[in-house]
Amino acid sequence: MTTTPNSTGKSNSMVTTYVVYVTILAIAVYQVCFAMMAGPQGMLMLMLAILQASIAVMYFMHLGQERQVLFLALIPYTLFVLFMLNMIWPDSVRLLHMRPH
Amino acid sequence: MSQANLAVDPHAASMGEGSPFAIPSSKLVVWLFIISDAVTFGAFLFAYGYIRNASTDWPTPFEHGSIWNALLMTFILVTSSLTILLAVRAAQNDDRSAAFKWTLITAAGGVLFAILHLREWSSLIGEGVRMFQNPWGAPMFGATFFSITGLHMLHVIGGVIALTVVALIYKAGRYSAKHIEIWSLYWHFVDIVWMFVVPMVYLLNMKR
Repeated sequence: MTTTPNSTGKSNSMVTTYVVYVTILAIAVYQVCFAMMAGPQGMLMLMLAILQASIAVMYFMHLGQERQVLFLALIPYTLFVLFMLNMIWPDSVRLLHMRPH
Repeated sequence: MSQANLAVDPHAASMGEGSPFAIPSSKLVVWLFIISDAVTFGAFLFAYGYIRNASTDWPTPFEHGSIWNALLMTFILVTSSLTILLAVRAAQNDDRSAAFKWTLITAAGGVLFAILHLREWSSLIGEGVRMFQNPWGAPMFGATFFSITGLHMLHVIGGVIALTVVALIYKAGRYSAKHIEIWSLYWHFVDIVWMFVVPMVYLLNMKR
């Protein structure tokens, strides 16, 4: 079976790659169909996008097969910065409530 | 480091320390670039969410045609991620012509994506959407839409140019599989950003 090796010697088979490809597309189709039928729900859409991105990072970008220390050096700090950016959200809601409508 | 260790690891003797990540430094640099770029896109998306949340008349202009167009663009971009993986695999097997072919197919996917995106832009501009005005409501809609999708499209166009150049140099024999692999990381990142743009920018602003 053909594989895509990386620095740790571990590898993804092409079957895994095709399964990941189909899964990501299936999630995208589900997002669109769900939004069209039930209306877009921000949190669900965001969770599905995070799931898609996680799968792509781990399998397409092979972060799951690299040494764990690379994952630990990159991902927790990125998530921390993004969560810190999240601090602006309550202010946007506060502004909305302060509007004289 | 003791003399005994230096004798065992000649790399350590020349570089001081080996890489703890066991990847080439060029690949690590691309990972660091991707992380910083992810935070940049995160800031754009958070700013968009903030402005959208704080507006009472945020427009929802995307008809089903635009949504299907966005899904088609997703299909093209995810498929191009698959083709760049095939290019990496071919390059690692030292099959230069196949790696060249798959890399160019990936770049062609990027061109197609950009064309579809520009068609979407053209349609919105035709409806009267500008950076700071639109016929429907909150004037910042255009600024957020064009800045997020424009920054992404800039990454796609940059990736297309880079992939084409890398493919040509690789075919000439001056680049190795490592170079294709490094640029494949960038291309996957562009794909991942789009996974957030579609639900946040298109689906949440769908006309109902």
